[in-house]
Amino acid sequence: MSRDRTRAPAFPVDSNDINLVKSAYPPHWKNPEPNGPYNLIVIGAGPAGLTAAREAANLGAKVALIERGLIGGACVNVGCIPSKAIIRTARLYADMRDAETFGGDTPDRLHVDFQRAMTRMRQIRQRISRADSAASLASEGIDLYFGEARFSGPDAVTVAGQTLRFRKALVATGARAALPTIPGLAEAGYLSNETMFDLTDCPKRLLVIGGGPLGCETAQAFCLLGAKVILAQREPMFLPGEERDAAQILSDALAREGVEVRLNTEVVAVRTGGGKKLAGLVRDDETTTISVDEIITGIGRSPNVDGLDLENAGVAYDATGIKADDYLRTTNPRIYAAGDVCLAYKFTHTAEATARMVVQNALFLGRSKLSELVIPWCTYTDPEIAHVGLYPAQARQNGIPVKTYTVLMHDVARAIMDGEEEGFVKIHVREGSDRILGATVVASHAGEMINAVSLAIKSGMGLLALADVIHPFPTQAQGIKMAADAYRRTRFTSFWRHVTTRWLERSRR
Amino acid sequence: MQPSGGSLLLLLRAEPAALSDDELLDRYQRAAFDYFLENVNPENGLVADTSRPNSPVSIAVVGFALSCYPIGVERGWMTRDAAVKLTLAALRFFSTSRQGNGDDVTGHKGFYYHFLDMRTGLRVWRCELSMVDTALLISGMLVACAYFADDNDKEAEIRQLAEALYRRVDWRWAQGSTPTLRQGWKPKSGFLHYGWEGYNEATILYVLSMASPDSPTSDNSYEGWTATYQWENIYGYDVLYGGPLFMHQFSHAWIDFAGIRDAFMREKNSDYFENSRRSTYLHRDYARHNPYGYGGYDENLWGLSAGDGPGGFRTSVQRQRRRFSGYAARGAPFGPDDGTIAPWSYPASLPFAPDICLAALRHLGDRYPEVIDNYRLPSGFNPTLANRRKFGRHGWVSEGHYGLDQGIVVMMIENHRSGLIWKLMRSNQHIRRGLGKAGFSGGWLSGDGGDVA
Repeated sequence: MSRDRTRAPAFPVDSNDINLVKSAYPPHWKNPEPNGPYNLIVIGAGPAGLTAAREAANLGAKVALIERGLIGGACVNVGCIPSKAIIRTARLYADMRDAETFGGDTPDRLHVDFQRAMTRMRQIRQRISRADSAASLASEGIDLYFGEARFSGPDAVTVAGQTLRFRKALVATGARAALPTIPGLAEAGYLSNETMFDLTDCPKRLLVIGGGPLGCETAQAFCLLGAKVILAQREPMFLPGEERDAAQILSDALAREGVEVRLNTEVVAVRTGGGKKLAGLVRDDETTTISVDEIITGIGRSPNVDGLDLENAGVAYDATGIKADDYLRTTNPRIYAAGDVCLAYKFTHTAEATARMVVQNALFLGRSKLSELVIPWCTYTDPEIAHVGLYPAQARQNGIPVKTYTVLMHDVARAIMDGEEEGFVKIHVREGSDRILGATVVASHAGEMINAVSLAIKSGMGLLALADVIHPFPTQAQGIKMAADAYRRTRFTSFWRHVTTRWLERSRR
Repeated sequence: MQPSGGSLLLLLRAEPAALSDDELLDRYQRAAFDYFLENVNPENGLVADTSRPNSPVSIAVVGFALSCYPIGVERGWMTRDAAVKLTLAALRFFSTSRQGNGDDVTGHKGFYYHFLDMRTGLRVWRCELSMVDTALLISGMLVACAYFADDNDKEAEIRQLAEALYRRVDWRWAQGSTPTLRQGWKPKSGFLHYGWEGYNEATILYVLSMASPDSPTSDNSYEGWTATYQWENIYGYDVLYGGPLFMHQFSHAWIDFAGIRDAFMREKNSDYFENSRRSTYLHRDYARHNPYGYGGYDENLWGLSAGDGPGGFRTSVQRQRRRFSGYAARGAPFGPDDGTIAPWSYPASLPFAPDICLAALRHLGDRYPEVIDNYRLPSGFNPTLANRRKFGRHGWVSEGHYGLDQGIVVMMIENHRSGLIWKLMRSNQHIRRGLGKAGFSGGWLSGDGGDVA
């Protein structure tokens, strides 16, 4: 775990956390005695490290897994799992407020029990982490070491006073929240994704800095849990890089729920006064100061490369992480990297996918390429925003003519029934063909819906074939098929209409 | 025989429905035109942003005013002398106004601040130096330059000043370090970092900036912008999407995009005029869908655009939480949509889709006469809010009138009726050169531009 910069109660907060620690970092763990070189040493027991270690061990490799903190990495402890658990509770409160929309009664007085929401999150986190307990990893034949790993040479790692030799190694140490450079912020105190889950009380007024995926998810969830949230984003729209219409819908949703949206706004300084945190915001040439109880920053992730003595192994890295080629090999051909420590796309699913690639490439002469992966991603706001493949602008920059087939969720029957009409399905194809280049889905369950498009892209299926895939009715994923149907309709040109009309005329004779 | 008082009233009431299309359009156009005569400062030619008390000047509204005076002359609503006088007053003002990067100025680098004081013409509200609004102002000047072609001192001065004011704009500076033009600039913070993402109303800004004889933008500026375009099939229409309708109208007020194509439209086998037509139909179809159940929306009540709104608040509509906004850009089908209709969209889209625009305009007069002030259209109205909160039985109706809305109404009705502005601008060599540099060809650009009104 990285340094604690919070004033929230320190981890572990409750018995769930204590049980989590017992399973993910047993206090009396005894590291194994190394016995000859390992086929694969994996540094970091997050999603990438766990996947690689298990996959390699399953295939009969002698594997060592080294972790300095809790097994599970950022995802289970301070990332996707706790955040999505809280988002579920936040959605519950949103639904309770909107009960009339669904034909129910909105409670007269809606009391948000923040502590209960956080306890549920800790229970879930502890339960999911059990699958990756130290004991279960050991029982799968993995030599599990706790301690700081350091490369002592091109084929050796030391941990807790022992030297481990390897034929191949994988660095999967992940990333941590980047330290913001806002003057006064560190002194005033703030929360990051690594510390905000230790909160036991909901801040009354909360400033969230950064309108990327983390910032937007956090701002919306805390707003729905009762905080007065100000979301400051330096750029003119949220989720930079995402499609304009997706960002627009999200911006409207955040504002409608009561988040105070401040776009084009930079936080330039923070100080304390009267028990509050006072943040200076600048928009164009106008400066304002706002008073809040807590600040959460969701800007940027820094790769965990310090302390590994990568130089001793001849592994090159910079501020963006370890340098790895398309096969995920570092500048030391024996050493590979996977997950957040080397990837621009810092997601659990890419960490796991790249870990699998490394096992093939490192141990079995595989030639899997990073550039060939089809990587979807999703921002878990309400509505969710999911994307896979190319954006139209990327396609156009590469000289590919692109056309988008768009279906509004308010035309999808199940979305209307569910009262979840906000959003759209956009599938981008190469103009003049049905080759799918990419897709963006904005919908309550966009993360589930995007999978059909990822599957189509991965398997080389065209949009016309996707139109022939039968979807159960009614489902929200029908939106994907409706976009494919829109494509099919455009194929009925006047020429084909003429041909079919003539054919049908003849068949009536 | 004189009609009795009662039957006269009946005649007046029945009047809009009894008018022919052209008579009806004439009334709407005249009412919009009068905005400029009512809200101009004759001393300096500056025109108020809105008809509300203490409204500052909007430089874009001045651009619209300069474009509307020739229409007023042609229609017999003002004398040529009066038009020359107001036009010269404005051009002389901008020509002598103070430029610089400090306080108490009107502009900088040949651009102008978005909002100015009605009397002094100096920057107000700490507003931004606006690139697109300057382009609309300059477009108005170029209309004046093309129209006032008589051989006399005053009209010669108009031509000379308009040309000089266009030429002195430092378009290249406004690119900053990027291919695309920045949207604005402020003295303390420099260029605003609002990005250009997707199609919008700025085509004319790029055309003018690329055509500049003295300080043109780099040749890749237009391409840099169009790289972000998205060609979509929505509701069965193939469109270059731009949410609010004004994006499909403003540049078109000056330039006839029918039949001329840039690289993007050649690839898509369409043109921007056709795109505006489809976008107009798309707005109508969105209102037919009416996904949020807003009051009144149907095939004859549609049109989301940039304009005034009922204010920032949240309330329940049909048991759904809805957020309402003040002045904002509203769009279809991706929103935002708070049930606020911009009724001036109908005349403003008239050249593209006359049938549905006229039907909507007549429906407005029949069903919502209370929003129309003697044939002048408000910036917006919201029938959903009828009898809600503090609003009366008509819902919310924007107070007063906005110059931008009135200007686009006058110009687009004229383009529909006679094509006057399009013809004038076809003859302008800057416009032709800018279109050429942006890659437009075909259609009227193939001719010699001699078909002046």
